[in-house]
Amino acid sequence: MRIPLTWLREYAQIPAGATAEDIMTDLVKVGFEEEDVHRPLDSISGPIVVGQVLSKEPEPQTNGKTINWCSVRVVPEGTAQTLDIEGIDPTGVQGIVCGAHNFEVGDKVVVTLPGSVLPGDFRITPRKTYGHVSAGMIASVRELGIGEDHDGILVLATLGLDPEVGSDALELLGLRDEAAEINVTPDRGYVFSIRGVAREYSHATATKFIDPVSRVAVTAATGQGYAVRFEDQAPIYGKPGCDRFVARTVTGINPSAPTPIWMSSRLRLAGMRSISLPVDISNYVMLELGQPLHFYDADKLTGEIVVRRAKDGETLKTIDAKVRKLDCEDLLITDGSGALGIAGVMGGAATEVSSATSNVLIEAAHFEEISIARSRRRHKLPSEASKRFERGVDWQVADIAAQRAVDLLVELAGGTEEITVTDVGTRPAPVAVFLPSGFASRRIGINFTTEQVVGSLEALGAVVETVDGGHLVTAPSWRFDMVTPEDLTEEVARLVGYEKIPATLPTAPPGRGYSRMQQQRRRAVQALADSGLTEVLAYPFVSKVSNDTFGVAAAGAERTAVKLANPLSEEFGYLRTSLLPGLIEIAKRNHSRGSNDLALFESGLVFLPEGTFGTASIPPLGVKPSEEVLDALYEGIPYQPLTIGALFTGKDSPAAPGHTPRSWDWADAVDAAQLLAEVTGVELLVEQGSHQAFHPGRAAVLKLRNGDVVGYAGELHPKLLSDAHLPARTVAMEINAEKVFNAAADVIVAKPISTFPVATQDVALVVRAGIPAMTVLETLREGAGELLESVALFDEYQGAGIPEGSKSLAFGLRFRAMDRTLTADEASAARGSAVELAATRFGATQR
Amino acid sequence: MSKMPQNSADVPESIIEPVPDPLDEAAIGAAVDNALAAIASAATLEALKSARLAHTGEKSPLSLANREIGALAKEFKAAAGKLMGGSRGRVAKALAARSDVLEAEDAARILLEETVDVTAAPRRRRAGARHPLSTLQDRVCDIFVGMGWEIAEGPELESEWFNFDALNFAPDHPAREMQDTFFVEPPEAHLLLRTHTSPVQVRALLERELPVYVLCPGKVFRTDELDATHTPVFHQFEGLAIDKNLSMADLLGTLEHFTRQMFGEEARVRIRPNFFPFTEPSAELDIWHPGAKGGPRWIEWGGCGMVNPNVLRAAGIDPDEYSGFAFGMGIERALMFRNEVADMHDMIEGDVRFSEHFGMEI
Repeated sequence: MRIPLTWLREYAQIPAGATAEDIMTDLVKVGFEEEDVHRPLDSISGPIVVGQVLSKEPEPQTNGKTINWCSVRVVPEGTAQTLDIEGIDPTGVQGIVCGAHNFEVGDKVVVTLPGSVLPGDFRITPRKTYGHVSAGMIASVRELGIGEDHDGILVLATLGLDPEVGSDALELLGLRDEAAEINVTPDRGYVFSIRGVAREYSHATATKFIDPVSRVAVTAATGQGYAVRFEDQAPIYGKPGCDRFVARTVTGINPSAPTPIWMSSRLRLAGMRSISLPVDISNYVMLELGQPLHFYDADKLTGEIVVRRAKDGETLKTIDAKVRKLDCEDLLITDGSGALGIAGVMGGAATEVSSATSNVLIEAAHFEEISIARSRRRHKLPSEASKRFERGVDWQVADIAAQRAVDLLVELAGGTEEITVTDVGTRPAPVAVFLPSGFASRRIGINFTTEQVVGSLEALGAVVETVDGGHLVTAPSWRFDMVTPEDLTEEVARLVGYEKIPATLPTAPPGRGYSRMQQQRRRAVQALADSGLTEVLAYPFVSKVSNDTFGVAAAGAERTAVKLANPLSEEFGYLRTSLLPGLIEIAKRNHSRGSNDLALFESGLVFLPEGTFGTASIPPLGVKPSEEVLDALYEGIPYQPLTIGALFTGKDSPAAPGHTPRSWDWADAVDAAQLLAEVTGVELLVEQGSHQAFHPGRAAVLKLRNGDVVGYAGELHPKLLSDAHLPARTVAMEINAEKVFNAAADVIVAKPISTFPVATQDVALVVRAGIPAMTVLETLREGAGELLESVALFDEYQGAGIPEGSKSLAFGLRFRAMDRTLTADEASAARGSAVELAATRFGATQR
Repeated sequence: MSKMPQNSADVPESIIEPVPDPLDEAAIGAAVDNALAAIASAATLEALKSARLAHTGEKSPLSLANREIGALAKEFKAAAGKLMGGSRGRVAKALAARSDVLEAEDAARILLEETVDVTAAPRRRRAGARHPLSTLQDRVCDIFVGMGWEIAEGPELESEWFNFDALNFAPDHPAREMQDTFFVEPPEAHLLLRTHTSPVQVRALLERELPVYVLCPGKVFRTDELDATHTPVFHQFEGLAIDKNLSMADLLGTLEHFTRQMFGEEARVRIRPNFFPFTEPSAELDIWHPGAKGGPRWIEWGGCGMVNPNVLRAAGIDPDEYSGFAFGMGIERALMFRNEVADMHDMIEGDVRFSEHFGMEI
């Protein structure tokens, strides 16, 4: 809401010299955040004065244009020029070249004298042009920043003005006024009016409020006005769409009467364009009182007005010249000819007020909030009217607003008031809310006095009745947000002042600290960071192709993914099913910025819809849904496991004396997965795997002991890397961290430590190249029996001395017994049976 | 004393002299003097080794003289033994002393030779970095856990009911649209990306025993285009306390305590009236940030208020028996004013230089 200060001053006691900033500082105390300041003087400054054209010599130019060489008086005749600025003539008459032709000798115009600045930092100085020195400019409304019209200069008589020559045009045009812009929360529709703002200003500053309503005298009706009838065949939630319709008629208006400058300048500061006097009046009254109005050309109406819902297939050409298909939930204003407008949202083109209108029918109606909100959304027609109706308009202000519009049409447009009045509808019964004694004090933590409670509520316009155990409070007709004791509590606290609330620290009951999962997650991500990886956070929005590439192991399969209904970008219109697309994007970005050695990780949710997706309906607010309904809600939430991904490219460290960096390779990806499992106490099994995003020979599938696949690690597919312009051999891993964490044992059972010496034995086995080392290792473990303490692969060799298609794997075995020192024979025997099992299983031979 | 050379071939020919008489004190004394002089003049361990061979080796005068004792008449053996024992002992002692000196010198020299340029040490164990948003979020959680609160989490893709209706957003109320929500296909499924972490509050109320004191951190989503101060994906933490007789003063006290942990003892909080569907009364939260760039000042940080009774009812809690407060703040915003991050792009682009500057701390 933008508030011109001169307007607010009519109804509130603003200190002389107060700025828009001062007003906002006061209003923020009662809950209206400052948004902006609109101050014409920030972009325009004088001397800008009223001038009178003394002479006008047309001079045709070689370029085909004709300019006017004018002399313009800028101080009253017989008065001396007091301005001492280069280019300002001491005689008080300026020579000015003007390209416009829409004026005559004798016209009063706005002269921007040398030294003045116009919007756009346009500085006026005397300048040589067309063979003259032009010392100033005769301004158009656009140059002054007060309108769009650039066809000619502003002739003041067209605005009905005849000011004194030399007077300050900035004051005359309302450019010395300024507006404060505040944010109005959705519960306070009444503050979308000068009336509401002035009221709140009085609360914030404890000053007097003059209700603009008190300045309007509603004409006593002498008879029924234009016929209006309600016929709501489909009320929403049982509430009729319209419960008041005031119609007034003004005849014989002068359609070409200008909008007075005080009105157009206030409208402009309030953010609305001046269109025509009748339209400006309807907007002005809406801004002042908060009641949206609609003016019809009375001569274009056909019979009785009926307020009803739209019929199937009905259409309406709205004032923006678009034909709109109406929905049977749309509330319409209709007459014998059909739809005149969508109630409270937008009027129809056929009956709108035009430059030929002489008789006006004013509509000041009260519409139900939800009906308006739905029509506005359905037709995507946000308007100043719908904004107010959606938030709730004071039922009681309709006739006053209509009268104010009548008065202005009579005063400014020369119309005649018809003293018949249409006012149909029923006032909704006011509801009294019970506020128990002490309730507000308990909720706020201040011991409010009865005077504070009652006084605050009465100051707001509420009616307060003292009853047994508390107060019965009836909210004023413009407030729709005072329906619970909590609402009333807020009002009391707001008026007494939030700054009076003390601070006390409540004691929470003993907590359980972080959950197991929260601890595991923190440990896992910290371990990755500690081991040299850098954490990144990508947006979860990815393309369909990314999801299909990274989401599943089966090549070419389409991934089931969640599609956004309103993405910021159509390309990235899906929720991620994998962290890798984000990591790849981030790697690319770092690469392009010269960071080539990267070890990145992200921990975040991925979205894996399967089975039930959402619920067909949702339960109402304010009540706990049944267990079945709640279960369905939980059930409908797609699976979103916590996932950890990592990506490595380039070198592991910078080169340094005595240090040769290593290129990250597939094993680093596997190792990162192993690390995060290890630090959370989970054993991760690594098997040769295949995944379309990975190199076919360099992908590991990561499994839990129970066989569950939890992730992949290895070298990314070369094709994918070249498409992404990332270096070859970039490696990555991704793992379902939630599943890993859940596999951790509750209690780790201790393993007794033998103090007897260890017997170490090495063995080199030659096996077929295709047999995974880990399988051979597990076989040795199995074959060696219980004397084996540990076994590790320490070398792998292919080449001279090893048959083609085979490889040599070297293992170190450590044997130890709990109860004795092993003899060399015992260790050798255990090693022998290990080798024997490998020989049986894979035909392994000792090298 | 180190081992004596066993091989006579090691003895250089030049020092073979006539064998002195083991009873000739002068000759033996001269041999000892020769030995001591050679030992004293040995400048290296190598030279000392030669001196040892020459004067104590098998072919050395003293060794040869000593061997003669066996051939002497019985009555001379004791005197010769005493003379030779004493003489050889002096030589051995001198050898040992000189050897200690030379070995120490040698060790010192080797250490000196091993000098490295410690300023050129390569970094081998390099720590990576957490994202500062994560670190800051952890810090916030730690403070509340320290106060006895628990951390509650929930899904990012959420049911419309948890995100709106359960929080008292009426279906057609303008407040619902102010949240700039990302909806997902098909709309009939009533799923959306949560616009705040408040749905977790409702889940906590449905799932936990009262009283409840929980902090809900996490990612939230709004359809804002990315610019210097906005991002469609950002992080919030919301607190919820439901107990008997909680008041707005308790809310203020909690926020004040937290703010001081976060920004220092000088920090203060201030609230201003505002509107949220899920709280009544509602307030906007400003904090007095003593360390703000350009001097201490008030900074808008979030919203708060007393939980609307309709939210409690949605979780089956009797608002006449229980009351409570809730608050919500943005992590990105905190990072901006606490750590002077000027542009949101730095937080979301994943440039490693941004995170690495922070390392593990914030």
